[in-house]
Amino acid sequence: MPASTGPTTIDLEARQLCCERDDRVLFEGLDLRLQDGDLLQLAGPNGAGKTTLLRLLAGLNRDYDGELLWHGQPLYDDYSAYAALRLYQGHLAAVKKALTPLENLRWLVSNWPVEDDDLWQALDEVELGGYEETPCQQLSAGQQRRVALARLCIAPAPLWILDEPFTALDKKGVSWLEKRMQQHVEQGGAVIITSHHALENIASLRQLELGSVRA
Amino acid sequence: MSLVTATIKRDLLLAARNPGEWLNPLMFFLMVAALFPLAVDPDPKFLSKIAGGVIWVAALLATLLSLDALYKADVEDGSLEQWLASGESLYGMALGKALVHWCISGLPLTIMSPVLGLMLSLPADAYAALLLSLLVGTPVLSLLGAVGAALTAGVRSGGLLLSLLILPLYIPVLIFSASAVYHAGIGMDYNGQIGFLGALLALAACLTPFAAAAALKLNLSR
Repeated sequence: MPASTGPTTIDLEARQLCCERDDRVLFEGLDLRLQDGDLLQLAGPNGAGKTTLLRLLAGLNRDYDGELLWHGQPLYDDYSAYAALRLYQGHLAAVKKALTPLENLRWLVSNWPVEDDDLWQALDEVELGGYEETPCQQLSAGQQRRVALARLCIAPAPLWILDEPFTALDKKGVSWLEKRMQQHVEQGGAVIITSHHALENIASLRQLELGSVRA
Repeated sequence: MSLVTATIKRDLLLAARNPGEWLNPLMFFLMVAALFPLAVDPDPKFLSKIAGGVIWVAALLATLLSLDALYKADVEDGSLEQWLASGESLYGMALGKALVHWCISGLPLTIMSPVLGLMLSLPADAYAALLLSLLVGTPVLSLLGAVGAALTAGVRSGGLLLSLLILPLYIPVLIFSASAVYHAGIGMDYNGQIGFLGALLALAACLTPFAAAAALKLNLSR
């Protein structure tokens, strides 16, 4: 862990985290800490609890034992402050098929102050330029995914929590996303990601292997 | 723009893109009411007596039809997860969703009801009561129904379950509103019934969003 001078924007900590599903212990005694500039990849076989851990860290699931701290305070003490600083992308894209990429993106970023011009620019960056006003049902699965990922260009959230973000993306899309994450981390943001994809190019990568800690 | 207003705007836009979603329950409303003169008795005297009740039962059923879809799509495509992730109050969100639902179901029902009144030879004095009772009563249907929709959003074929859960809760609204229309038709005062409907509306607007929010959280914490 790099020793930081001065206060950090991101300080997410899990202490002795334990989670059970249907009488099966997914993980227990899990400690982790995430600060500015960290990139954490959760790895492990299917069913190891990657998504569950991600949802716990995102604050979407409160069914756990142990402690989750944001700047040393319990995560849920000021959940809305935490929520404004982290961006959660589950494996569902939250894209409405009857709406255009522009309308979808406008809704997806509506809890941050974002200008309309930025939306166009973000869609351009994920190579949806020219499709801004085509209903999403006419777009491919990968393109719909890009609509959701366009948020990463404009949402002013330093902490990203991404669940399998590479799904349905083509090679170019994958390398774009890798680059975008690297940039984000270099600028002092942090990323937690589940992916089976090898993220070799990113220097500050840490991996957490789930499924090895067993009851 | 806050997430709640953004969601209201988005949902109205979605309704405009998929008009079938709210037009079909309206057609259903028309048809159910049209069946009564055919099946029971086309005599205007008899119809004028039951018109208020028939219109209200048809409105109830039409509302139920459109409720099933209220949260289902949002649960399936991940929108609901994004709401929860946004940290905004689910109370406001649930209230907003119910408001949108009323705009695309209760409001058009209210506007269309005089046509049914004509069809069922509703007494001339009762039109004002019919419109007023629908205007105050249908938002209660949307608010109560939203709780059922939130509870059954994760259930595969929740439509029937939703009806079974919610119909009993609709009974007070049905009693007061049908009685208001009937009493107006025979030239009596109906302020009391409308007052009760207003009280039900106030109560539902305050309390049901809490229940809907809790049900949605339950749905997502799997």
